[in-house]
Amino acid sequence: MLIELGHFALILAFVIAIIQAVLGLIYWRSDVRIANFVRSAAIWQFILISFSFMSVVYAFVVSDFSLSLAYQHSYSLQPLIYKITAVWGNHEGSILLWVLILVLFSAAVAVFGRDLPTQLRTLVLAVQGILGAAFMGFSIFTSNPFARLDPAPFEGTDLNPILQDIGLAIHPPLLYLGYVGFSVCFSFAIAALISGKIDAAWARWVRPWTVVSWVFLTLGNAMGSYWAYYELGWGGWWFWDPVENSSFMPWLVGTALMHSAIVMEKRNALKIWTIFLAIMTFSLSLLGAFLVRSGILTSVHTFASDPTRGLVLLALLGVSIGAAFTIFAIRAPSLRAGGLFAPISREGALVLNNLFLATATAAILVGTLYPLILDALMGARISVGAPFFDLTFGVLMVPLLIVLPFGAFLGWKRADLIAVTQRLAGAAGLALLVAIVIFMLTGAEIRLAPLGVFLGFWVAFGSMADLIYRSKFGKIALGESLKRLFGLSKSIWSTALAHFGVGVTVIGIVIVSAWESENITTMKVGESVDLAGYSIKFTVADERPGPNYTISHFEFDVLAKNGKVRHVVSEKRVYMASSMPTTEAGILTYGFSQLYVAVGDADEEGVQVVRIWYKPYILLIWIGTLFMAGAGFLSLSDRKARVGVPKQAKAKRAKAKVSKTSKAKTNKGSA
Amino acid sequence: MNFRKLFLAFLLVFSLLTPIVAFAVLPSEILDDPVLEERARDLSKNLRCLVCQNQNIDESDAPLAADLRVLVRERLVEGDSNKQVIDYVVARYGEYVLLNPVLGPHTIILWTAMPIILLGGGVFLFFLVKRRKKTGKSITLSKEEKAALAELEKHDV
Repeated sequence: MLIELGHFALILAFVIAIIQAVLGLIYWRSDVRIANFVRSAAIWQFILISFSFMSVVYAFVVSDFSLSLAYQHSYSLQPLIYKITAVWGNHEGSILLWVLILVLFSAAVAVFGRDLPTQLRTLVLAVQGILGAAFMGFSIFTSNPFARLDPAPFEGTDLNPILQDIGLAIHPPLLYLGYVGFSVCFSFAIAALISGKIDAAWARWVRPWTVVSWVFLTLGNAMGSYWAYYELGWGGWWFWDPVENSSFMPWLVGTALMHSAIVMEKRNALKIWTIFLAIMTFSLSLLGAFLVRSGILTSVHTFASDPTRGLVLLALLGVSIGAAFTIFAIRAPSLRAGGLFAPISREGALVLNNLFLATATAAILVGTLYPLILDALMGARISVGAPFFDLTFGVLMVPLLIVLPFGAFLGWKRADLIAVTQRLAGAAGLALLVAIVIFMLTGAEIRLAPLGVFLGFWVAFGSMADLIYRSKFGKIALGESLKRLFGLSKSIWSTALAHFGVGVTVIGIVIVSAWESENITTMKVGESVDLAGYSIKFTVADERPGPNYTISHFEFDVLAKNGKVRHVVSEKRVYMASSMPTTEAGILTYGFSQLYVAVGDADEEGVQVVRIWYKPYILLIWIGTLFMAGAGFLSLSDRKARVGVPKQAKAKRAKAKVSKTSKAKTNKGSA
Repeated sequence: MNFRKLFLAFLLVFSLLTPIVAFAVLPSEILDDPVLEERARDLSKNLRCLVCQNQNIDESDAPLAADLRVLVRERLVEGDSNKQVIDYVVARYGEYVLLNPVLGPHTIILWTAMPIILLGGGVFLFFLVKRRKKTGKSITLSKEEKAALAELEKHDV
């Protein structure tokens, strides 16, 4: 019964979304009653979809296998947390989660957007309504999560064992918050194009939404990368897989969008470009959804196995992207470009950043789609894999990382490059010194590593140099400098921290790629092997029962250089319902480095295949992303940039200003 | 059938995970000569496992990948150069096996896309800046404004 009510709630929300979109688009200009309706419609959709989602969650929690979805993806012995996460560990449920997050963001716009100009808010919510209706319709008509089975099966068929991990609880929701968050930026962009107004209020609103979405996407990608690293059993953390690429592209364009939105907010420049990026970011999110779900990535033939879903998604993708860019092509020329700046200025640096990030995205897009298109057009099958992406992406990142520390140092409008270079000389020297010392200590056999390490430290030190310069260390008393340091604005701190994070991630990537070591061997209980100064002794091998799987259990004692012995467990599991095996690698953390132990098959005499990796400084990769995400949160907490709760007087002043400038602009537009 | 279903379910999540549990190079495959083994590993990283989703043969535990790894090592032991090994594998399995696509008429767009976009973007920006500079300078005064300015200057003197 609850399931049917949930289904009904979804249909009701679908109808409301359509009405919201239609009325909003027709009457956005005139009617206050429509504006109020659109607002409450957005909130009601959130309530309805929440109920709908919870009804599915409930069926999974109580193992109601009369729900087809629960039968296919759950199992009564699964731990509770995996029963809940199993809801979105499949196609239908994850679409429902996507819809839930979409209406959550719409409701957030409705609730926090009280101070937005009414027309803009109504238009934004109308566009959100279109997107909501599209995805709700997709769920209802092609991917119904509420289908029942009669008679109800006694037992479910289990969630894919690889997904039975805490990663499934964190990674998809974070990623969706990022993807779908960018829908708000998309709707703002479309609203601006329809109304022809891009004003201060618009700019002020778009940046925080971009930052929120970007933070979630950063965390989602980082979490996915770490999950792949510990779950897949061979210690890889990035594969340039098409599925990864389709979540990496929105991140790259989103990063570009965030930077250009800053220019727009602060300097009123790059408006058209920002709108273009806002459309592009969400379009790439949709493209990612399509590529992953249609199955064309595995092979072109999987597409035929479920043509409706793939085609409907393709149609959704085509219509929304096509419509968005049509509106863009028609309306963008009438928008006035504002805010002049010299090439050597912070704006100029950010334009350069955008050029490189956009090119990197385009390069990945081409690399991901090229084999598919070539196969379709000419029937030639080629592969585009990690070596290609490493090269093209790497080549683009080097100049970007070189320029990065300059960017934050340059002043707005016009700047003195020589003076900035002098200020950064210290950071460059220090980075060079560290890079050289590392190389003297380790032996410089690998050609690209020295440059990479230098770049990482250059970015890390360079972004800190900004803080040090601004707080005048060495020029005034130390106490005074410290006071200044902590008094610096949050936006300066968040810029420095985010860029510091980039440097940290680069250092981690380069070091682990260059100095990783491994030992592939066979071992019997009682034997030891050495790797990177650690001695690893195989101590226990036995079989154990688990909740819904059986365990081959292996234990090792690791003797470090300092004489301390630590214990690590590595497992192989076989899941009962699906009889699928998974590997749970044993991981020991030493500082930022990790020792990674995975066990393979045994031969008849009980000799076990064992693979051990030493991954130096690998944790820096993810610690860097935490700095980036943390910086995003810090910038959101900046009171000056906070939207939704501006002081009354300020808001009024802003509104007065806004209406003046927008009037002037519409006049020009019509002329 | 079950595997296929699971595989689809797996794909359908927006997950960064694609290769299913891997356990690649086996101790029995490793060559005694470390130089040859090193070369074999490097070559393997550029060869695709044909039955996997997007894995190289060095990281895949599929039997076919193991066969290819052994094949690569056999060729190396027989004294083939890296290029000869790659040519041999491509002749048998087709270009699809190469993770780093060759440069040829059918891949020219793939390889030149990035430089062209970067260059195009750079040139576009260059002209944008140039045009901006010009329009910035060419702000000229209208006749009335010039007259008014002259009037003011007169009074000043």
